[in-house]
Amino acid sequence: MFKEKPHPEEERKVRANDREYNEKFQYANNCIMTSKYNIITFLPVNLFEQFQEVANTYFLFLLILQLIPQISSLSWFTTIVPLVLVLSITAVKDATDDYFRHKSDNQVNNRQSQVLINGMLQKEKWMNVRVGDIIKLENNQFVAADLLLLSSSEPHGLCYIETAELDGETNMKVRQSLSVTSELGDPNNLAQFDGEVICEPPNNKLDRFCGTLYWRESKYGLSNQNMLLRGCVLRNTESCYGLVIFAGPDTKLMQNSGRTKFKRTSIDRLMNTLVLWIFGFLVCMGVILAIGNAVWEKEVGSLFQSYLPWDPPVDNFLFSAFLAFWSYVIILNTVVPISLYVSVEVIRLGHSYFINWDRRMFCQRRNTPAEARTTTLNEELGQVEYIFSDKTGTLTQNIMTFNKCSINGHAYGEVIDTLGAQSKRGQRLDFSFNPLADSDFCFFDQSLLESVKLGETLVHEFFRLLSLCHTVMSEEKSEGELVYKAQSPDEGALVTAARNFGFVFRSRTPSTVTVQELGRPVTYTLLAILDFNNIRKRMSVIVRNPEGKIRLYCKGADTLLFERLHPCNHDLMNVTSDHLNEYAGDGLRTLALAYRDLSEQQWEDWAEQHRSAERATDCREDRLAAVYEEIEQDMMLLGATAIEDKLQEGVPETIAILSLANIKIWVLTGDKQETAVNIGYSCKMLTDDMSEVFVINGHTVQSVREDLRRARERMMESARSRDGGKEEEMEGWVEGCSLANGFSGGGGRGADWQRQQENKQQNPVPPPLPPSTLLDSISGDFALVISGHSLAHALEADMEQEFLDTACACKAVICCRVTPLQKALVVELVKKHKKAVTLAIGDGANDVSMIKSAHIGVGISGQEGIQAVLASDYSFSQFRFLQRLLLVHGRWSYLRMCRFLCYFFYKNFAFTMVHFWFGFFCGFSAQTVYDQYFITLYNIVYTSLPVLAMGIFDQDVPEQRSLEYPKLYEPGQLNLLFNKREFFICIAQGIYTSVVLFFVPYGVLSQAARNDGIPLADYQTFAVTVATSLVIVVSVQISLDTGYWTAINHFFVWGSLGAYFTILFTMHSNILFSIFPNQFCFAGSAQNTLVQPVVWMTIALATVICIVPVLAFRFLKLDLKPQLSDTVRYTQLVRQKKRKPGGRGGRGASGGAGGLGGGAMGRLGRTGSRRSGYAFAHQEGFGELITSGKNMRLSSLALATFASRHSASWIDTLRKKKQAAQPGGGESSPATAPLSTSSSLLGPQDPATEEAANTPLGPACSSAVTPTLARSPGADSTGGWAISLGAVQVRVYRGKCFASLTPYLVLVDTQ
Amino acid sequence: MMASSYNAKEEDGHHSGASGPGGGTAVKSKKPDNTAFKQQRLPAWQPILTAGTVLPAFFVIGLIFIPIGIGLFVTSNNIKEYEIDYTGIEMSSPCFNCSQNFSWNSTTPCKCSVSFSLDQPFESNVFMYYGLSNFYQNHRRYVKSRDDSQLNGDKASLTNPSKECEPYRTSDKKFIAPCGAIANSLFNDTLDLFFIDPNGTRTRIELVKKGIAWWTDKHVKFRNPGGNNLNLTAVFIDTAKPVNWRKPVYELDTDQENNGFINEDFIVWMRTAALPTFRKLYRIIQRKNSMTPTLPRGNYTLDITYNYPVRSFEGRKRMILSTISWMGGKNPFLGIAYITVGSVCFFLGVVLLIIHHKYGNRNNSADIPN
Repeated sequence: MFKEKPHPEEERKVRANDREYNEKFQYANNCIMTSKYNIITFLPVNLFEQFQEVANTYFLFLLILQLIPQISSLSWFTTIVPLVLVLSITAVKDATDDYFRHKSDNQVNNRQSQVLINGMLQKEKWMNVRVGDIIKLENNQFVAADLLLLSSSEPHGLCYIETAELDGETNMKVRQSLSVTSELGDPNNLAQFDGEVICEPPNNKLDRFCGTLYWRESKYGLSNQNMLLRGCVLRNTESCYGLVIFAGPDTKLMQNSGRTKFKRTSIDRLMNTLVLWIFGFLVCMGVILAIGNAVWEKEVGSLFQSYLPWDPPVDNFLFSAFLAFWSYVIILNTVVPISLYVSVEVIRLGHSYFINWDRRMFCQRRNTPAEARTTTLNEELGQVEYIFSDKTGTLTQNIMTFNKCSINGHAYGEVIDTLGAQSKRGQRLDFSFNPLADSDFCFFDQSLLESVKLGETLVHEFFRLLSLCHTVMSEEKSEGELVYKAQSPDEGALVTAARNFGFVFRSRTPSTVTVQELGRPVTYTLLAILDFNNIRKRMSVIVRNPEGKIRLYCKGADTLLFERLHPCNHDLMNVTSDHLNEYAGDGLRTLALAYRDLSEQQWEDWAEQHRSAERATDCREDRLAAVYEEIEQDMMLLGATAIEDKLQEGVPETIAILSLANIKIWVLTGDKQETAVNIGYSCKMLTDDMSEVFVINGHTVQSVREDLRRARERMMESARSRDGGKEEEMEGWVEGCSLANGFSGGGGRGADWQRQQENKQQNPVPPPLPPSTLLDSISGDFALVISGHSLAHALEADMEQEFLDTACACKAVICCRVTPLQKALVVELVKKHKKAVTLAIGDGANDVSMIKSAHIGVGISGQEGIQAVLASDYSFSQFRFLQRLLLVHGRWSYLRMCRFLCYFFYKNFAFTMVHFWFGFFCGFSAQTVYDQYFITLYNIVYTSLPVLAMGIFDQDVPEQRSLEYPKLYEPGQLNLLFNKREFFICIAQGIYTSVVLFFVPYGVLSQAARNDGIPLADYQTFAVTVATSLVIVVSVQISLDTGYWTAINHFFVWGSLGAYFTILFTMHSNILFSIFPNQFCFAGSAQNTLVQPVVWMTIALATVICIVPVLAFRFLKLDLKPQLSDTVRYTQLVRQKKRKPGGRGGRGASGGAGGLGGGAMGRLGRTGSRRSGYAFAHQEGFGELITSGKNMRLSSLALATFASRHSASWIDTLRKKKQAAQPGGGESSPATAPLSTSSSLLGPQDPATEEAANTPLGPACSSAVTPTLARSPGADSTGGWAISLGAVQVRVYRGKCFASLTPYLVLVDTQ
Repeated sequence: MMASSYNAKEEDGHHSGASGPGGGTAVKSKKPDNTAFKQQRLPAWQPILTAGTVLPAFFVIGLIFIPIGIGLFVTSNNIKEYEIDYTGIEMSSPCFNCSQNFSWNSTTPCKCSVSFSLDQPFESNVFMYYGLSNFYQNHRRYVKSRDDSQLNGDKASLTNPSKECEPYRTSDKKFIAPCGAIANSLFNDTLDLFFIDPNGTRTRIELVKKGIAWWTDKHVKFRNPGGNNLNLTAVFIDTAKPVNWRKPVYELDTDQENNGFINEDFIVWMRTAALPTFRKLYRIIQRKNSMTPTLPRGNYTLDITYNYPVRSFEGRKRMILSTISWMGGKNPFLGIAYITVGSVCFFLGVVLLIIHHKYGNRNNSADIPN
């Protein structure tokens, strides 16, 4: 696959346009080969791979044993037929897979690209592209290899790429060529280009590239910023030229396509253990029988030699016993049938198809069905105990809606809640008066629209602020069709609200903002954008309106804004504050809005200060902040907005059902605490009925430990004195609270807790709790909220147990501001200590590590790209499908797999152990009881299909019942259906059956004679009788085990019996015997045996003796200790009998899920406990981008187009700035110079922090950094501020909040 | 599994995320088909073990099995069987001398007679068996030591039998026919039965030697080589007789229909027994008329030509006389087993009924805990 190289490449030298030079190094060409075989190598390679599996090797070993005549107790074909069958099934599957890989390889290799050869652009196939070639790419083309960008049709040598195939992100990224090469515009110049690149050898780091370009005696540093990687798509760039650095297998894309980690289910592991035990058992049997053989040969066999001499090589009984041991190993090997593993795979595959086919897991809107990407984990879905969920995009839709507002002390948008019920929702407001309105926008409060129409100044000012004070870009594809591109959905929601209420933001240039105010276009001069950052927690704009008046508009967090208001706002502030609390209580994200009029003089003075601060070289950040601070004073309060973070459909219901199923749900989110807690409340994870919500927010090891200890004490305490000591509880709580909220913003929240506590006292209906001191047994309603920096301490080795105990005693756990690595660590922690099955669900690149480390990873195929989906084992597009996946598919899979395994082991023990008993009667000579064809076919023909049908189709209760009674899920979690105990029961039953199957025919046939006087005790009659009894007994047993008899089950069960008799008579027919007399020596046995009534009576007797105890035992179990599923099943039966069948069907179809479905915003039950939720999902630095115009093109249309399409590329621009500011980044300054006008907005930071922040998901890289950084004693502000964009990943380092913009940055470059 | 995370299809951007609703092309719905099979809603019968089904089943089994068992038991008891051990272990046994002096090589057959008397007359056809004990016809090496194609008359196998026959494959550089340990150890005692009249005259009882083997064995499985060639001597000319045999295979009987491989005594022997103690049909004593019993009450003598040594491995030889009913020979086990199982089922049914009545909690189906 890869070219052999004498020694690993240490560095790569590539000279442009010089194939001869480059060929010296024998770099791989651009031909890729993902296929594993070709026609010649297929058989040997595939067989070699297959025989690496232990099971296959074992059977090969058996086969070899069977070829030794002294040992061979079975013909070689009894093993080779199943083995060949299994091998060929696998081989066919592998071959098909490989065929498709060949096809796709061919398709990719034959793609056309334009290569510059001898100064001419020539079409070449991809596979013929060489390292050192210069190729031309056009818009929307795939990048053919890893290229160094040389020049582009766009200004500054910029080009835009989409990296969806590489990292799953669909947003655009910017790449820029070196300025020296970007001047080489046309092919002629490029053909002359003879620069040489010396760079690192091929590696798989997508975000790193390190190299140097030597050209015309100068050195230029190269970074990932200059690279176009294979797999990317060129977007919005007419064309560009690039120099091939890595080709084919050396590209980062191919280097990254390693084998995925293979997950095994707990059943798999149990199965492997059991198979080992069975091997042990087999050896024991072999030893017992070998000893028997030794004794027999010594006592009897030696005397019997006149009739049966020993085989020539055997000269004593010990050697004979040794041979007998191996002979018995061959005979008894069917206790571990070769078909076990294949059957398990087939069943799992079937279950996976059922998941893929499930219409109720199909999302109409996104046109995505559920997908089981891994087919080997299905039954584990029925055993999940812990779910780790991401928040954004998983629980929430990441769609913000403008829900309520308070303007000048008047609250709007209350309609929904005051009336309480959704059915009473007001009419949607009609915005038809406004041709520019967004038709998707909903608002229900008529009074607000009336206020706008009446021309209330403050209402107008409110919306004017919303339309001016933001960093949104607009695109107007055609007249009136506006599309906003906001970097945070919150901001987009606010601007859209303003747009619908008549203040339409239409376009902007670096210095102006054009707003259509109630139909009248007004252009404001944008004087300054006082950008957001996480300390300021607010942003302002200063605009001059057409009349010349200068006004500052500010929006931000209420706590900070209220401090900066003019004193005359005091009353209004109080009213607004009440409203804010109310909104926060509803889980809404709030912002306060204010303005300030500025005189010309004030502006001039301030502008001067601002300019000097901008120019400052040292402490620029601080200076700017101080300048901003100065102007944002004495503001007039306008009001507040409330934005709803929309939950995904059905989230609260799903969570409710899942927690009823005893599944613990932990939310791990990068969001900040307040948002996370709010979402916790709105999706019913946290409720006001909860005894206590512990907040762990400490920055030091001691404080975290203290918090955890306190939480545990509180739990114990409340468990002990549940109804007494309210006051005590109160005291303890206040204490805990003040400890927990060790930061400035804590006061407000403390008040919330207090209110919540009061609430609880008003409704004293605590659920009864058994007094217990054990932490595990605490079933009180506790919740734990822990933040990322505390988590870093809690996950340390000496505290993790403590943390885990505390967390597991809580009903809900929310970890906020966690890094992707921490998400994975939490999952690992639970995996390690709890022995429970974990499931991680997420949608973004930041969830990948968590998805990969959990037992089961579920990806939400949402808007955030496909990275999570690619890493996941299951994917679907709605969180609520999780309940179906677990409670229906998972439960069934588990049930089916368990029943399958029980039966499978049973039938093979029943089959094989007969040989053991027979051993005592045949001189331990390893003579088989059955015909060898029967042994060959028993597992693959006579008994495989009925049990497969059961394993695939069985259902104990209908799907709607398993959603109705989530408790049905419990047996899976407790591992009740198949464990070692169940296994031994199966084995015992199997052995019992084998005893009956041997001794009943023995008892009957040893004396019996046919009615023509011929004795029945000949070997062949005995074999046919036992085999027929066995087939009938196991068929009856599978009939008992099958709970859901579809036509297929009937067909297979009856078909197997039919097949048995057909094959039996064929094998024993005279015709076959006359052709192969030596192979079919049982000629006539079937006919002669099965016409005897005695034989049938024997079979009936054996069957009854085998089945009756099972039947009695099952009936007793059902009657005395019915499982929930039995009860449900029985109830179902009773109901069906009572009512007409038609009546139930209709109800059943809509089922539990349907009944529970309904509004996603079911906040009805909650009485407002106040939690202030500031949400300002905002990104700093955009103001500067806008005012500099760097990211805008010259023509306004192009500008609009660009802005809307490439909003995401701002981030790259921004990131570039950070790099420029970074000391180490200086080398690459030629490349980034045009964009690096402003300094880092992150304040003083050392490179380590930067690196840590941008560390890719690979745990290996960041593990070293995170804990150390997070441990350092915290700084002042840890409060609620995070800059976020889309699904923002917030991380905390050195106590500073730092948004790492995970999906965008994490996998992009850091250089 | 060996999944590679890269494939070219994904590079082409055909993943689901790419095709948004905004795509101009009509997106084909990926909604799964609404078939009963795919939605796991196949009509199905869902049996449950309820008291209503299980308890009657027990009673029914009981009620069916007990009468059958009684019937079998009675039938079996009506069958008359007489068994006599003539091994000659004890000093007092008439065959003691024969058993002591015997060796395979002795040329003169040893004869002995055993007297016995039947207390009851044997009606209808009587079957005469020889029984061997401690004889491992079911030993793996013994069972496989034969060549079925040779026995089927295959010419090639006749002169080159299967390796399985070792060490009874060749003798004196000729191939043995029939080869193998089974054939070699052919039971070769001759049994003759005489009725001793009260006046002391010995009446030979006619023993029929046809019809003692399976029809398929006689007509399909065993065939003489050379087809209809009646001169068996010529056919077997290049073969040697089995080591232990006194005479070659083509001299087993004078009747050409019962000679060579299709000799029924030989066929019976070649059908190996399943257990170390077994009996094989030796002769049939056919009923002469309906008036007189086949074997009347009285004294009999069994004349034995003692050829077959079993003392070396502590084997026993028996002669058995038995009548037959519609369901075969004497078989008390089956009847007793049926009666026992039937009773146990019935009893279980009663016990379960009581348990169900007293403790069963089926009636609370209304309140499923949740």
